[in-house]
Amino acid sequence: MRQSTKIKNYTGALIAVEGLDGSGKSTQLYLVKRWLELNNYNVYLTEWNSSEIVRQATKRGKKLNLLTPTTFSLVHATDFSDRYNRQIKPLLQTGFITLADRYIFTAFARDAVRGCSPEWLRNLYSFAIIPDLTFYFKLPTEVAVERILLNRPKIKYYEAGMDLELNPDIYESFRIYQSKLAEEYEKLSQEFGFIEIDATLPIEVQQEQIRKIITTRLNLTKFIKIEVVS
Amino acid sequence: MKQFYKLPLPRCDISKLTGKLIVLEGPDGSGRSTQIARIKTWLEGKGYAVVDSMLARSQLVGAELEQARQGNILGPTTLALFYATDFMDQFENLIIPALRAGFVVLADRYFYTLMARDLVRGADLSWSEGIYGVTIIPDIVFYLDVTPRQLLKRRWQKTNRMDYWESGMDLGISRDWVTSFLIYQGRLRRIFKDLQQKYNFIIINGNRSIPAVTRDIIAYIEPLISSPE
Repeated sequence: MRQSTKIKNYTGALIAVEGLDGSGKSTQLYLVKRWLELNNYNVYLTEWNSSEIVRQATKRGKKLNLLTPTTFSLVHATDFSDRYNRQIKPLLQTGFITLADRYIFTAFARDAVRGCSPEWLRNLYSFAIIPDLTFYFKLPTEVAVERILLNRPKIKYYEAGMDLELNPDIYESFRIYQSKLAEEYEKLSQEFGFIEIDATLPIEVQQEQIRKIITTRLNLTKFIKIEVVS
Repeated sequence: MKQFYKLPLPRCDISKLTGKLIVLEGPDGSGRSTQIARIKTWLEGKGYAVVDSMLARSQLVGAELEQARQGNILGPTTLALFYATDFMDQFENLIIPALRAGFVVLADRYFYTLMARDLVRGADLSWSEGIYGVTIIPDIVFYLDVTPRQLLKRRWQKTNRMDYWESGMDLGISRDWVTSFLIYQGRLRRIFKDLQQKYNFIIINGNRSIPAVTRDIIAYIEPLISSPE
């Protein structure tokens, strides 16, 4: 997908992690960051979190029952575009190994579950490059759901996919929603060639696999920090 | 029956949309709102229920969008998406329900204006068309064509300063506001003419008197609204 030619001065590398809530992807990415930092590489971690704009809009949308699958998707695309154009892309042009905790695939999965067409979504996000490496943390949906429910007594409305009216019970809705997301991730994994990691393995075993893959697939030496002698 | 441009809009049964969608396009100062008001009166006189929609008025992100415009910190892609969100909110929460209820929707601009603004700023046409591909093809679209010179004259009836966005100052065309305004408005006009065939714009010469323009528009609308869906 002629990715690196899409960005002028593409000197960095983009590594993304995807998977269900509770799949342990953030933990793994944090460990990747520590590993790269400790080895003196230029590295930056960016998260798929919402800016003030999205928070306001989704809050209002929920209160007034305004959000549709299309506007839900667009609000998040707007937010992502700002982060992509002002943070991710510049980091890649600066030469950083950029670690993305969730990337456009999160939107592809979530918005497809809400009924947006894959074709429409691919076009919407076509301004963003496909990562050099995308790790997909795979585990049975029940395991992911249990992990979340154990650690978080309160599930948020959109997290549980309550807007989809799958089930009036928020926990039941959460379960169904997560299994639908898992189905979408499976399709995306095929389409985009995700590197699948068995997320039921011990943390350090997964991390070892990931580090090995990164070492083989990326030419890490070009990201070493050069100390400026004053 | 109505049609989508490219792709179906999620959760929308198009066969239920029995109303008419009439769009008036044209730059600020082209007399758009005046014409909308006059046509609305005419339609109501004939017994049609009319809903009018406007850009950048959505409940969802209208306020944040205004903030972003004032601050001028968002890049062109982000701003394009912000406007698309705003438009789709109006489209799904105002235009669609009104069409479903059998109203005549008089749209004070449609996505074409947003698309033209994005194209002037270097957006990819197919990207823009893809995003707005889930909208409905209107029954009729008018473009009120007014020369940039004429727009410049008319704008002083409403405001006492040149407007940053309306003058395309973000494009860095010129440090001179009027020069920038004329070039920018000329480029937008060019895009509308380029897109005319593709989107079936009926170009109305807006450099004439208000009643003359109304008469032209009504001549097109009259046969349209009396025909069954």
